[in-house]
Amino acid sequence: MTAAEVVKAIQGHFGDAVLATKEHLGEHTVDVNLDRLHAVMRWCRDELRFDYLVDVSSLDHLGEEPRFEMVYELYGYSHGQHLRIKAKVSEDQGVPTVSDLWPTADWHEREVYDMMGITFDGHPDLRRILMWDGYPFYPLRKDFPLEGKPSEMPDVAFTGVAPLEGGPFVTCAGGQDTIAREPRAKRV
Amino acid sequence: MTALEPIQRTDAAYDSKIEGNVFFTRLDAAINWMRKNSLWPMPMGLACCAIELMATGASRFDISRFGAEVMRFSPRQADVMIVSGTVTYKMALAVKRIWDQMPEPKWCIAMGACASSGGMYRSYAVLQGIDRLIPVDVYISGCPPRPEALLEGLMRLQRKIDKEHSLIEQKKELLEELA
Ligand code: SF4
Repeated sequence: MTAAEVVKAIQGHFGDAVLATKEHLGEHTVDVNLDRLHAVMRWCRDELRFDYLVDVSSLDHLGEEPRFEMVYELYGYSHGQHLRIKAKVSEDQGVPTVSDLWPTADWHEREVYDMMGITFDGHPDLRRILMWDGYPFYPLRKDFPLEGKPSEMPDVAFTGVAPLEGGPFVTCAGGQDTIAREPRAKRV
Repeated sequence: MTALEPIQRTDAAYDSKIEGNVFFTRLDAAINWMRKNSLWPMPMGLACCAIELMATGASRFDISRFGAEVMRFSPRQADVMIVSGTVTYKMALAVKRIWDQMPEPKWCIAMGACASSGGMYRSYAVLQGIDRLIPVDVYISGCPPRPEALLEGLMRLQRKIDKEHSLIEQKKELLEELA
């Protein structure tokens, strides 16, 4: 079974729930409807033998609706194929947890919650994992400044603002020459 | 506090022909000589710099040549805290607490760019230099500094200790408490 056949099988079984598919450099991505996400994931594990959840991550498309996007990386040990599954989430929506399918998703989803503020329905223990309980921000959101924001929890931890000297300096992607691509100060 | 007169640089006077087993020295010089040659480090290894700290402690670079090989994992037995690595905000108050548990006299070496200034981590998660929380005596540049640099920092600290008044400057907190 190749990844292309896997994508075909998902399309055939879930029909309209598959919003788009994409192949880039041999990597296959399937965009699915959030409502059917959990069913697709279960089917991938049980029928398509994707027994390893490699990673769970998320994207912030600030200014678009829906704002967030979940990304799941799957791998099957028996057939050696990779598959990426994506689903868009708006700010007020929760994502069904997949920690009941792959226990490893537990901490991955806690990290997504900690950094992006996306909540997971049915998660057994949805607490922050990197920052401390009570930290008021979600630092990987696009509207959170790179230098951080001040916060203070007496006896637990505090944060401050890092000096950036006018930065952050970001490479301007897509420029014609190196002058146009040169890193420049960027503010959201 | 009024300005202290500078420590006199003569450490000891000794002439075996005249004095036999008698030394003449100044109390400050004797105490400082003992302190600086037996610095027990508190290895505050927090990131990659700690690997170089370990190398410094191992046989090739051999920190015991300078009397600082007794790494103590209990702050109550340590003299010098070597902050080697990235101090995240989550760790910052723990470092401070360990520093507060160290008895005087105590010194601090900020080893590497991260401990000195946050290094390459201009970010929401990293304290921008351990000197924002505790007083630092020696900063060592580098990412990571080589073991030789740490030894150089240690020797500079020894020179600094040599010039301090052993009671008034090195037992400041105790004197403040008594006052
Ligand atoms: S200064 Fe460099 S080597 Fe040292 S902890 Fe920071 S990043 Fe690591």
